Amino acid sequence: MKRYDAIVIGAGHNGLTNAAYLAKAGLDVLVVEKNDYIGGAAVSRELYDGWTYSNCSYVCSMMRQVLHRDLDLGRHGLMLIPYLGTINFGDAGNALISYHSKSAAYNELKRHSRHDADAKLRIRADLTRYALIIRKTLLRTPPDPAWMRIRDIRELLFLAKQFWSLGEKEIYEYVRFFTLSAADFLDEYFETDLIKASMASSGIIGTALGVHSPGSSYILLHHVMGDVDGNVGAWGLARGGMGAISKALESALRSFGGAVRSEAEVVRVLVRHGRACGVVLANGEEIHSKIVVSNLDAKRTFTKIMDKRDLPPGIFEKASKYKFHGSSGKVNIALDALPKFTGVPDNPYVNRGSQAYPGSMHTLERAFDCWKRGRFSDVPFIESVIPSAWDPTVAPPGKHWMSNFIQYCPAELSDGPWTPEKRDAFGQAVVERIEAYSPGFKDLILHMEVRTPHEIEQEVGLTEGNIFQGELTIDQLLFNRPFPGYAQYRMPVKRMYMCGSSTHPGGGVSSACGANAAREILLDLRKPSTVPEDDCDDE
Amino acid sequence: MNSAPDFSLERALPTPFHARTQAFNLEGRWSSWNGYLAAEQYFDAELEYFKVRNACGIYDISPMQKYHVSGRDAEAMLNRMVTRDVTKMRVGRVSYVLWCTGAGRLIDDGTIFRLAEDAFMLTCGSPSTAWLKKSAIGFDDLVIKDKSDDLAALSFQGPTSCAALRCMGLDGIEEVRPFEIRRFELGALRFMASRTGFTGDLGYELWVSAEDALALWDALYAAGEDFGIHPFGEVATNMLRLEAGFIMPGAEFNEALKTIRFEHDQTPFELGLDSMVDFKKPHFNGRTALLAESKRGPRVSLTKLDIEGNKPAAGSFIYNSKACRRDVGYVTSGIWSPVVKANIAFAMIESKHISGELWAHINYEKELRHYSKIARCQIKQSPFYAPQHAKLTPPADF
Ligand SMILES: Cc1cc2nc3c(=O)[nH]c(=O)nc-3n(C[C@H](O)[C@H](O)[C@H](O)COP(=O)(O)OP(=O)(O)OC[C@H]3O[C@@H](n4cnc5c(N)ncnc54)[C@H](O)[C@@H]3O)c2cc1C
Repeated sequence: MKRYDAIVIGAGHNGLTNAAYLAKAGLDVLVVEKNDYIGGAAVSRELYDGWTYSNCSYVCSMMRQVLHRDLDLGRHGLMLIPYLGTINFGDAGNALISYHSKSAAYNELKRHSRHDADAKLRIRADLTRYALIIRKTLLRTPPDPAWMRIRDIRELLFLAKQFWSLGEKEIYEYVRFFTLSAADFLDEYFETDLIKASMASSGIIGTALGVHSPGSSYILLHHVMGDVDGNVGAWGLARGGMGAISKALESALRSFGGAVRSEAEVVRVLVRHGRACGVVLANGEEIHSKIVVSNLDAKRTFTKIMDKRDLPPGIFEKASKYKFHGSSGKVNIALDALPKFTGVPDNPYVNRGSQAYPGSMHTLERAFDCWKRGRFSDVPFIESVIPSAWDPTVAPPGKHWMSNFIQYCPAELSDGPWTPEKRDAFGQAVVERIEAYSPGFKDLILHMEVRTPHEIEQEVGLTEGNIFQGELTIDQLLFNRPFPGYAQYRMPVKRMYMCGSSTHPGGGVSSACGANAAREILLDLRKPSTVPEDDCDDE
Repeated sequence: MNSAPDFSLERALPTPFHARTQAFNLEGRWSSWNGYLAAEQYFDAELEYFKVRNACGIYDISPMQKYHVSGRDAEAMLNRMVTRDVTKMRVGRVSYVLWCTGAGRLIDDGTIFRLAEDAFMLTCGSPSTAWLKKSAIGFDDLVIKDKSDDLAALSFQGPTSCAALRCMGLDGIEEVRPFEIRRFELGALRFMASRTGFTGDLGYELWVSAEDALALWDALYAAGEDFGIHPFGEVATNMLRLEAGFIMPGAEFNEALKTIRFEHDQTPFELGLDSMVDFKKPHFNGRTALLAESKRGPRVSLTKLDIEGNKPAAGSFIYNSKACRRDVGYVTSGIWSPVVKANIAFAMIESKHISGELWAHINYEKELRHYSKIARCQIKQSPFYAPQHAKLTPPADF
């Protein structure tokens, strides 16, 4: 019977990246995926004739450029394209527009507050400084401070050097920054509520934190540390939808001789003599391999597909407590035409990019209150993007696809399990909120896909529908991700590894987790690494 | 009395499309080209670049020089002037051509359109009336007309360009093959379309009388709206053409007739354009010198480089070792390519060093501090970006 060099469980973008790098190193690799499509949360599917929805992730900025280049993903069909314009709607029916040109951006802020227009330049410099340091860690394996092998010491020194380069005062600021709430952080810069709210919303996307919760300032940074062609903080679209990233990765993997099998759900990892040696599929089929890599989140990996008896004591409990909160929903809408927004100029560089509905700091916090009580937010924060206004491939000419990301939506409701009716009510709350700023919006709707954490968990297998495969709080970051002692992509069982977003550097479509894991695996196999170093030195 | 200064003759002239293009040029970023205003960029060069790679973009190429060459001797005259075989061109076809001095130095490149058996249009970037006249000596049945000011032109490029033109009502545009010409009539509007361009993508060039220019723009823009249409300028063009591997006068070569210093111009072989020189045809300008060079091999060679890191190498010296002891060439154009995700460049390198190691010494700046790095270069044989969809007939919708 055939024995693969490696089996990767899950064809999420990290699993595919991992497999591609293993295959590039000459390993015979098989990826097994439970769904009949690949990509996990980086997926695009046609659910309505002529429309391609990116069902989960919808914008791209974290994808490591050096991996894109190294795997030649352009040749495999991937093109990342920019889009312009963000409108932030306030409770009073007012709007704050993020213009692309520097002068317009400044003038717009000045219209709200001269003070804040200046402060925006200062916060930009501060955030970029913080981001440049984090960026340097993305394609590196976190050191294990408890182990202190030569590599760990080297990596710790690397981190120390980065921090020292900030200068003493900034080191204190940076450390403090990690523990702050988005609200406290922004209070140090701004006086205008809508300006604060428009920035604070980045601190809550995907997380079960409110704008006043400590730690939300890091989430804010997590959302501005990416780049599009070197423009740090900018977000772009993948032409053809986020699924195009997964497709290009699959194509790269196949070009190195790797294979992908869909509709192959793994129910158990085979372990013999303390070593992983294959997987068992739902249909009972066994596939054997020398190593096994899991793209699933850490909770699923440890508690669903491992036999508890194969794990050292305590780990199962630790994994069960790995922090996960479903807090986000997604509503994809097919539109008959471009929506129009009240009080927004008919300027194609602003009125068809993204629209955000923070309302105010108070409204954002109230939205969080609903979540805490086990309800979806009645006045939710929404980030809408209209990819079809920039990408001609995702909707018919003249028609549009609007992607809406919603914060907050709980995985479990206080009044009992999710039902299709409750799901539709959630979708309706979203539509109503948009309609208030875009009269006539409802009449443009041709089709809707509403996804609560419940659907996201069922389809993608993200526990609780948590978009990051586990909360991005400081206790679950860097060498603590997913939990101390297991941050270097290795599992307690020999020859078994993790490569999903539960590992450093966390959630988002970056390919970094998959690539880092491949580097560690190849190190264990004593093979030369095929994973490139990041070229952040150029920044 | 104070009177306002009269700058009217000091200004570059508006092209026939200026009334439309100026609305998009938000920061007044104009340069000039052959006496006309040309947009350097409209809003954001990278956005404009992506319109072409992802949807469709319009570039106002009206300042290009356009000459009608007709008469029974037209074919022979052009064949004597350019290095490719014009007699092989069928009516309705376009051909990329080069012309050289007697010493085989490149004067300019351009395109020849065969409009009829005895009628051609020659287009090029720089004025060439004098050289055409000189090249016409000895050919009697020949009329050369400079149509540069009478003909307006748009380059309409990108994966959705064919779909947009179909939507505009150009029936049959999808059957037009690369380098083919077709004429269209839309009501009173008459124009010529050729499947040509300078971007390596699917695309067309539309040629129309200056009077009808705005009508063409409006019809095209209205149809293009749902296909992502946007004007693009010179900066985007430069990125696009470099990715496609096309050379540009003033970057990869200095026009021979304007070159002051000995051999600061180039030959077609130095530029890697060997296949554009046809020694099988009868005598043409520069033949003897070029034949000698082809036997000897060019002294320097234009080379496509993929350079490590992401700092564009424009203006860098190229060395044959990391120690940078001996420079063996220089970068002629270099950019970060957003679609290839690579640091790409053209470099002119001493031919004998092509097979060895190549390193670029790149200077760059961060917040007013100067930095430099030595980056390894890899030679690329084929164009950096050559998408399949550009070659299909009929083209896909996007
Ligand atoms: C609604 C939503 C919006 C988001 N928006 C963005 C965004 O705009 N930009 C961004 O960068 N990030 C965004 N994210 C986050 C990002 O999409 C994820 O962090 C990332 O895609 C996770 O990738 P992964 O490869 O680590 O894991 P996953 O994508 O979770 O892949 C895991 C794979 O394993 C498969 N699987 C599960 N169980 C089994 C089994 N037993 N056997 C076999 N296969 C199995 C799953 O089907 C899936 O294909 C969003 C996420 C969500 C949910």
